[in-house]
Amino acid sequence: MSAKTRMIEVRQNVLKQNDVVARALRQRFREAGVFVVSMVSSPGAGKTALLEKTLTLLRPQFRVAALVGDLATENDAERLARSQAPVKQIVTGTVCHLEAAMVQSALEGWKLDGLDFLFIENVGNLVCPASYDLGEDLRLVLMSVTEGEDKPLKYPTIFNSADVAVITKIDLVDAVEFDAAAANCSIQAVRPGMTVLNVSAKSGAGMDAILGFFRTQRDVARIVAVSENDGAFAAPGN
Amino acid sequence: MHELSIAMSIVDLAQEESERRGGVQIKAVHLRLGLLSGVVKEALLSSYEMACEDTSLQGSRLVVEEVPVLVFCRQCDEQRPVHSTQMFCCSECGTPTGEVVQGKELLVVGLEVEE
Repeated sequence: MSAKTRMIEVRQNVLKQNDVVARALRQRFREAGVFVVSMVSSPGAGKTALLEKTLTLLRPQFRVAALVGDLATENDAERLARSQAPVKQIVTGTVCHLEAAMVQSALEGWKLDGLDFLFIENVGNLVCPASYDLGEDLRLVLMSVTEGEDKPLKYPTIFNSADVAVITKIDLVDAVEFDAAAANCSIQAVRPGMTVLNVSAKSGAGMDAILGFFRTQRDVARIVAVSENDGAFAAPGN
Repeated sequence: MHELSIAMSIVDLAQEESERRGGVQIKAVHLRLGLLSGVVKEALLSSYEMACEDTSLQGSRLVVEEVPVLVFCRQCDEQRPVHSTQMFCCSECGTPTGEVVQGKELLVVGLEVEE
């Protein structure tokens, strides 16, 4: 530092704006009682296929909806509309990830208390989405069996930002000689204790387990929300 | 590649701080950058130069302090560095741990201004 300058101390999170919006969204989701699951992966790992199957299978019992992010085209929204669930496309233009504000504006006019589950499919990208909180309850990171078992080691940050890993396209395990133990090793190295689910949206293998997992997580979140409310009411008497 | 939008946020933030302090001239912005922030230092530095163009920060420097990852090791009951971001275990006893306590920072911590 030269003699002519002085240092002003500040402490400002660069992503403060995103975090403020994400916190507000999380609060809104909680009040509405909707459980929000986001999905990140590389392009082509099977987010849309898993989402289509999930929406179709959950819809008879639950009120479900989805937001899907892509740089261009409405193809995914059109594909997901086949599930009959409400779906909205977020076209990001040149932006390589979703931000909380995009989710917020996509939800304008939506009655969230009319939903049990909301799914958010991020832009296919294993780098940038890691930095942005979207207000979701649960973040899934998907990797397909065709991608190589060491994917988590190459992209540790996104695996670290996610809650659950989902290995997709397991109907192709034999064809590509996928080594499940090695993949699990990579995942556990970058995120010890991470839950790993295996699924094939095409054959339906593993779908029961993943849907059961979503239901359980939603129940847990509701119990936590209720007990926190009780805590808030109890606090003044302490 | 989201470093340009991050750099633009840094410039906005610094300009706001400068205005709040009567328009002081900023010579450098000091940033703490966690190794798990998802932001690449080199890409951020070149993006910063672009983001500063035609603003009051043109010609200013971005000084990046990289922040290593620390995890909480239950075995040692201590905060410890990790072996590497490919191996989340305690660097002392080797116990795997995913409890990150430091390393996700993306914080502006100081502004160097003209006297």
